[in-house]
Amino acid sequence: METYFTKEHEWVTIKDGVAAVGISDHAAHLLGDVTFVELPPLGKVVTQFQQFAAIESVKAASDIYAPLSGKIIKVNEALEVTPEIVNESPEEAAWIVRLEPSNLEELQNLMTRTQYEEFLGGME
Amino acid sequence: MKLIYEQSSAGRRGVRLPASDVPAAVPLPAELLRTELAGLPEVSELDTVRHFTNLSRRNYSVDTHFYPLGSCTMKYNVKAVENGAGLFSEEHPLLPLLPGGLEHAQGSLGLLHALGEALAEITGMAEVTTQPLAGAHGEMTGIMLISAYHKARGNKKRYVVVPDSSHGTNPASAAMAGYEIITVPTASYGDMDLELFRAAMSDEVAAVMMTCPNTLGLFNPHIREICDIAHSFGALCYYDGANLNAIMGKVRPGDVGFDVIHLNLHKTFGTPHGGGGPGSGPVGVREALVPFLPTPRIVKRGASFILETENPRSIGRTANFFGNFGVMVKAYAYILMLGREGLIRVSEQAVLNANYIMARLKEYYDLPYDFTCMHECVFSASRQVKQGVHALDIAKFLIDKGYHPPTIYFPLIVKDAIMIEPTETESKETLDAFIQVMIEAAQLAESDPSAFAALPVTMPVTRLDETRAARSQNVCFAGC
Repeated sequence: METYFTKEHEWVTIKDGVAAVGISDHAAHLLGDVTFVELPPLGKVVTQFQQFAAIESVKAASDIYAPLSGKIIKVNEALEVTPEIVNESPEEAAWIVRLEPSNLEELQNLMTRTQYEEFLGGME
Repeated sequence: MKLIYEQSSAGRRGVRLPASDVPAAVPLPAELLRTELAGLPEVSELDTVRHFTNLSRRNYSVDTHFYPLGSCTMKYNVKAVENGAGLFSEEHPLLPLLPGGLEHAQGSLGLLHALGEALAEITGMAEVTTQPLAGAHGEMTGIMLISAYHKARGNKKRYVVVPDSSHGTNPASAAMAGYEIITVPTASYGDMDLELFRAAMSDEVAAVMMTCPNTLGLFNPHIREICDIAHSFGALCYYDGANLNAIMGKVRPGDVGFDVIHLNLHKTFGTPHGGGGPGSGPVGVREALVPFLPTPRIVKRGASFILETENPRSIGRTANFFGNFGVMVKAYAYILMLGREGLIRVSEQAVLNANYIMARLKEYYDLPYDFTCMHECVFSASRQVKQGVHALDIAKFLIDKGYHPPTIYFPLIVKDAIMIEPTETESKETLDAFIQVMIEAAQLAESDPSAFAALPVTMPVTRLDETRAARSQNVCFAGC
């Protein structure tokens, strides 16, 4: 199952037509200890690259952008109680929302893992 | 040190009032009466005085130590201006609004008017409202003025453009006012990327918000061009005046093309900042936006000052009474004390001090944007991070050496940022002593990086667990 990334360090994977979205291992590492995740309301319709959630760490507060357009059908409520899972398992347990993508062609605007790693290398 | 609640002893009182032998004229309704005690600490007057005096001695302030907190302009607050504020303390803030009260409040209204005129002259604006209570409130007022301006012209505007080096309050204020934010990245020259800015502009952009010098302490050489481009799309230019301390008497934002500006009197104009505030965030506007200014607006008619309260185009009142009046008295006194030449010297000295620190420390810390800076300089602890020593650790080291740390981890575009703003009020000796301690921190990071983990050791509390404090917040002493 391919994982795609945005320049703003969100990841997305698609399984059975549902997209899981979170922030990358790199982003979680940069943020440091995460203390709060502001989740969007269920049913919210988001547009690709539009801000839809926010995350706070001891160092900073950052916006989270939608990697794909679609409707949010599930939010990870565990993050409200235990935001530390963003640091422990950013690309698995700490998925933030699941959404029904409205246009899978938008995947073309994202990076594959290899491309993302190259992108990160270029930022050093 | 015990909390005042922990010193409580049942039945102890600071003052014992004699029992009233006068019946209450009208007894209070039963539902308004308390049925149990308020739970205040039961302590004597002396216990109270000692407790708060001892607490105050643990305070850190610009009156006791150097305070190079970047972006905050923690300059010394001249004591003479406090006396000025005291002269006005007897007047009730409602007086000018009461029937017949106006003529008795001419001095106070005159002062507000004169302060507004002085700020308008310093910034190159047509008129200034002194109502907003702090910087972010000023921003909110400024964006509401921009929104009112566009609405009055029937302009359809959706976006506000903000560079990624801006203060976090800029996008927040614009979003609060209902705009969507377009963020423009910083180019290698340390300022908003001009080409990406051009690409972000459209007829739907309501405003461009700029801080100049920006949070890297750099003056944007393209600032006039940016204003021209924004205007060509019918957008207004907003100047975040948080960093005005760098440019007074050198550049007037109005002359460059800015349409709206907010100022922080508690930064640039020498009034207390932070816990010692309150703040004050006057907003200046170009002529075309004057009709939308908050009411009541103080207008000079002949030799007297009147209040313009009826104005359907105004965004309305933005603060109680006339804003934080005491702060404005102090700021006005500060401006009069320094005069034009003095204010120019303030900026020159602030810029010189920051460049002195930058030049002397850049051998020891990475300087990602290596240009002549304005009133502050931004280092990165990235060299120290390789040894496992982060900006936070260096901050703790400074605390042990008697310094308030600089701002750390801001701006966000610099990794492990250390943002130093010395202000104009510090002597070379003070700067040299601080530089020496910063050099010691860099040397210790090389020779014994593990030494930082336990710092600070000289404070009432040692290294705090900031993560746990943020994750499991409990601000109640007892009973919750």
